[in-house]
Amino acid sequence: MSIPIYLVAAYAVFWAVTFVLVFSIWVRQRRLQQEIANLAARLGEPK
Amino acid sequence: MGEKRDVLGLVLTLSSAVALMVALGMVFLYAPREATMGDVQRIFYFHVASAWVGFFAFFVTFLAGIGYLARGERRWDILALSSVEIGLTFIAMTVVTGSLWARPVWGTYWTWEPRLTISAVQLLIYVAYGMLRASVEGPERKARFAAVYGIVAFVTVPLSWFAIRWWRTIHPDVMTGGEGMAFTSRMGHTLLVSLVAFTLLYATLLRQRIKLERAADVLTRLRLRAQSIAK
Repeated sequence: MSIPIYLVAAYAVFWAVTFVLVFSIWVRQRRLQQEIANLAARLGEPK
Repeated sequence: MGEKRDVLGLVLTLSSAVALMVALGMVFLYAPREATMGDVQRIFYFHVASAWVGFFAFFVTFLAGIGYLARGERRWDILALSSVEIGLTFIAMTVVTGSLWARPVWGTYWTWEPRLTISAVQLLIYVAYGMLRASVEGPERKARFAAVYGIVAFVTVPLSWFAIRWWRTIHPDVMTGGEGMAFTSRMGHTLLVSLVAFTLLYATLLRQRIKLERAADVLTRLRLRAQSIAK
């Protein structure tokens, strides 16, 4: 069974876009948590 | 409380991952090969599910906009903004997967027929939602403008849905499978599982996106506090 290139491309697009979205949310969350931790420590507050 | 939230987040993540795998398995192993279009028709399942999530996300933004205007609470604004970002991603995915389906079936990646034109306009309108937020000063003013914009922009969803019924178009109708497409019960099951999987994925992403926005609010408060101490 030969799988059409357009079918492969469509599912590749789905996984790539989903991965980029998840990764971008994760990176932004990590950066914010880091900044919150740093600032809270400077202000002497619990996180 | 925090621990409970994490458990819910984990449950959502795992269930959406499992549901996506099941849907993918059904697309390639359970759903039959469509007689006219062949294997390329299998794009249909994730294409329709992406469109469903995009429309649903914009509907959530619409409701959250009403919620914000009625109550003036930041949580409605967070919900609206978070949902737009996810909806925009999924509508972009719908347009791209649709073009990849159209090339072998219609012989072209793109044609300016009603459904596709409205999808393109819808994408631009929701991109402008982000631009509007970036250009308005003051958090309350920004939230109010965005709420009104999110409510008005939602008109593109029913317009897109009805485009293939109101105007002559070559885009297939999801409910019937379209002309020249033999829609079997196995195809229906696969589409249904794909819709459930994508809805779970939307819930997972929305939850994480909301957490991100709440963290941004905490950081803003801490920065203001640091500035007031510095003065």
